[in-house]
Amino acid sequence: MSRRKKRVATVSLAGCFGCHMSLLDMDERILDLLEDVEFDRSPLTDFKQFTRRCDIGLVEGGCCNEENVHTLQEFRNHCDVLVAVGQCAIMGGLPVMRNAIMHSDDPLRECLDEAYASSPRVYNPSNQIPNDPALPLLLDKVYTCVDVVKIDYQIPGCPPSGDVLYAALSALIHDRPPELDHASIRYD
Amino acid sequence: MKRRFNIVVDGKSVTVGDGQTIMDACDDAGVYIPRLCDVEGLVPQGSCRVCTVKANGHTVAACTQPAEAGMQVENDTLEIKNYRRDLVRMLFHEGNHLCPICEASGRCELQAMAYRLGISQATKYPYLQPVRPVDASHPDIALDNNRCILCGRCIRASRDVDGKNVFEYVGRGIHKRIGVNAENLAATDASIDDYAMSLEVCPVGCIIRKREGYFAPVGERQFDRRPIGTEITSPRGRRRSRPRRAQAQETGDGE
Repeated sequence: MSRRKKRVATVSLAGCFGCHMSLLDMDERILDLLEDVEFDRSPLTDFKQFTRRCDIGLVEGGCCNEENVHTLQEFRNHCDVLVAVGQCAIMGGLPVMRNAIMHSDDPLRECLDEAYASSPRVYNPSNQIPNDPALPLLLDKVYTCVDVVKIDYQIPGCPPSGDVLYAALSALIHDRPPELDHASIRYD
Repeated sequence: MKRRFNIVVDGKSVTVGDGQTIMDACDDAGVYIPRLCDVEGLVPQGSCRVCTVKANGHTVAACTQPAEAGMQVENDTLEIKNYRRDLVRMLFHEGNHLCPICEASGRCELQAMAYRLGISQATKYPYLQPVRPVDASHPDIALDNNRCILCGRCIRASRDVDGKNVFEYVGRGIHKRIGVNAENLAATDASIDDYAMSLEVCPVGCIIRKREGYFAPVGERQFDRRPIGTEITSPRGRRRSRPRRAQAQETGDGE
């Protein structure tokens, strides 16, 4: 009897899709991987919803808006093992700069002002800041994945290289924890 | 008169010269003890505690603890390694250490220490995300306190080597930070040629030398190929203990 293929779901929250690009950097090894893996909800399959419960969930990016939080919670509910991939998911990454580095009392306001009003390179005569009801509500600050749900494993990197992702994913689909050696741990 | 004796580090005998600390003796013997606040050429102060070892069953800072004859030292054990991991993790969580955007990435001792200690999994600590100012007033130097780990190396370098006292600790406890002895850095007598502003003093990316960023490409940065501590464990690159002090800058012979 052949082993059931592991179901893997992936998502990019407040990330840049760099970690997903890095997933493709494992090149033809992804074909070997597909012997043991099928992708469920993922930008790779373009499934917007879970079709069934998954074994492994890979999360790229932290949470900067309401929708990110809902998606992350959905992933936690549908995945046995949830993995934070990349620095944004682990510690907030670049988006987290808006929490503290702006050295302002109201960092989100200052961030929006800089993006849509006060910056010398912005042309926005009506000073409009996007607030259509269809847009997900921005959170007061950027939250890491660990702040929102329980995360089982982390794969650091910005992004983690294709080799590291392949090694980690190979371990996970054989029910082993992804153990990274010294050379594989990178925070940049 | 010189007195020499032995201590035992992880079951290995290490010879100690007169007045040496545990770390000095281990450095000379090629045994690496991780450290962040101690650097060759400056007075050790024992504040980061990453060099914690067990000497005769008690945890001590190896950089300040004088070695004693017959001392039993535990350095590379799981217990000590876990202490060190937690200490380094707390440093990461206390400040704003965003490696992907930091110019010091790849030559940062804090980052290299985390790599060496194998820190890749989540911790129980929250990210404090403090709001700290950036002082870019000086024409050649910027200070990004978000990355400061309060090692005090710049304080000691400026005071003992440059004789300028540009930096000092301000405040206590969680409010402790590095202050400069004027309104801002531009108003002090700090200069880009100070030893305190050289690349080997600040272990992180807090002291920024303007217009020199990203001088080494990815893959050729200080810790890209060799983990931190290799200069002590590899026999060829081994350094003798603390030979240079005041002349560090003038000789310009590099490392």
